[in-house]
Amino acid sequence: MHNKTIREILDDLASGEYSSREITSALLTRIKNLDPALNSFISLTEDQALAAAEAADALRSQGNARGLCGVPVAHKDIFCTKGVRTSAGSKMLDNFIAPYDATLVRHLAESGAVCLGKTNMDEFAMGSSNETSFYGPVKNPWDTERVPGGSSGGSAAAVAARLVPGATATDTGGSIRQPASLCGVTGLKPTYGRVSRYGMIAFASSLDQAGPIARTAEDCALLLESMAGFDAMDSTCIDKEVPNYSASLADSIRGLRIGLPKQYFNGDINAEVGTLIDNALEELKNAGATLVEVDLPHAELAIPTYYVVAPAECSTNLSRYDGVRYGYRCDDPRDLTDLYTRSRSEAFGDEVKRRILVGTYVLSAGFYDAYYRQAQKVRRLIQQDYITAFDKADLIASPTALSTAFKFGEKSANPIEMYQEDLYTIPANMAGLPAMSMPCGLIGGLPIGMQFVGRQFEEARMLNAAHQYQMRTDWHTLSPSVYGSAK
Amino acid sequence: MALTPDAVAKLAELARLSIDSQNVESTTGSVSDILHMIDQLKQVDTSEIAPLSHPMDLAQRLRADQVTEPNQREEFQEIAPAVERGLYLVPRVIE
Repeated sequence: MHNKTIREILDDLASGEYSSREITSALLTRIKNLDPALNSFISLTEDQALAAAEAADALRSQGNARGLCGVPVAHKDIFCTKGVRTSAGSKMLDNFIAPYDATLVRHLAESGAVCLGKTNMDEFAMGSSNETSFYGPVKNPWDTERVPGGSSGGSAAAVAARLVPGATATDTGGSIRQPASLCGVTGLKPTYGRVSRYGMIAFASSLDQAGPIARTAEDCALLLESMAGFDAMDSTCIDKEVPNYSASLADSIRGLRIGLPKQYFNGDINAEVGTLIDNALEELKNAGATLVEVDLPHAELAIPTYYVVAPAECSTNLSRYDGVRYGYRCDDPRDLTDLYTRSRSEAFGDEVKRRILVGTYVLSAGFYDAYYRQAQKVRRLIQQDYITAFDKADLIASPTALSTAFKFGEKSANPIEMYQEDLYTIPANMAGLPAMSMPCGLIGGLPIGMQFVGRQFEEARMLNAAHQYQMRTDWHTLSPSVYGSAK
Repeated sequence: MALTPDAVAKLAELARLSIDSQNVESTTGSVSDILHMIDQLKQVDTSEIAPLSHPMDLAQRLRADQVTEPNQREEFQEIAPAVERGLYLVPRVIE
């Protein structure tokens, strides 16, 4: 059962092959047996899951099944789930029981999805390796000495290890796509504003966006159909009809123009990664796509721009954690300043503190124009590059990550080196564009992903191209030997 | 831009963080490295460019001025570190 995709599970539930309660219970057992070695879950919500599965089975027996009725999923522990700990991977929120559901959580519950638990993540989504989690790092199911990527490493690893067929995740600079690449699964960051951010713990509000991680583009389409949609509770959520992404998956991609940024395909690319991307592009050409060179002249500025904008917004967002209303509070505070300072210092990890310090610096009087305002201007240049490139191309392709999964500790000592991990993924967040990663090969037994970036709100076109690629290849069907095979 | 340990201590104070004495040097180094990395933005000519604060460039959506939130004080205070008679408790601010 654990090898089934969401599409297959929906078909099996419809034909009565098994019930939601049966697959839910089988996956919960699988998580309990296998996850201690991976650490991809922070919390399991067994009782709620079984109750939701029974409710889904009842709906189905009454002929009222729709959407994702009865399909097991997991939520990244950044989404508020009423009555359940929502930690954001931080000691600060280790004791935080969310008093409400995130809109995305509500949407998935309304479509009948069954939440098995909350997945591990880098602290407040700040990291590319899951090493900053208060709950310890997630291990990559392909090689447990290696990182799963981050920050949505728990969601990616859980899907890769076949513990759950799909999971929610968030992406501020690559946090859906980079772990999807490193774990050999498919992940999609929607257009900024496509999915409500209400109840999603904020990191950098102008960049954060929620999306799905699953095995296939088809499953990402199914998840996104339930996740997306207008929400008055998020002032940046866009009021725009949600397309039926599944309906266009089978369309031909004949004539699709795929842009290759010359800044990325310039010889700097890792040779083995480059070969796999070339092979993938060849498949897309066989399917009728044409390849064109595009120019992203400001691409190399994406990382420095991000490391002004994201820390600035994070230092502002995280100022709410003061030890007064919820979250961690230090023992025996001397006075109010001591309460704030010690609560924050004892509960935030090193990377979070580092970003708060950088953000505080770039926003401080006298430096604001030189850093934050200048970064916002460069951000517009980056966005304009894409607008121009999309005159020539319908999608832009590149590797998702620099390389396959690296070993624990390999990059954690040097933040600048870790930040380079997001070289190919950050620009889409800067410009608010949808982007996704899909498996396109193995190097030394470890998966690697190809990235697509699309025009604003053109998730359907991207999913269509990814699905057509996956119809012609089987990289997305591979699983780590320990966690796959046997049905 | 390289910072001094004193400048980092001042930043930490502004952010209501404290840095352990044994970590001051490494924090000063890593924050300085990041500032050095972002300094390359200064070389870009942006004199004619308007800042982009939000990827969609939209105006703030307005809504009718109506009460939409119910009072959930008790629910919210259940997860607070210290409350008394509906109030959040903090150390004494004035003697």
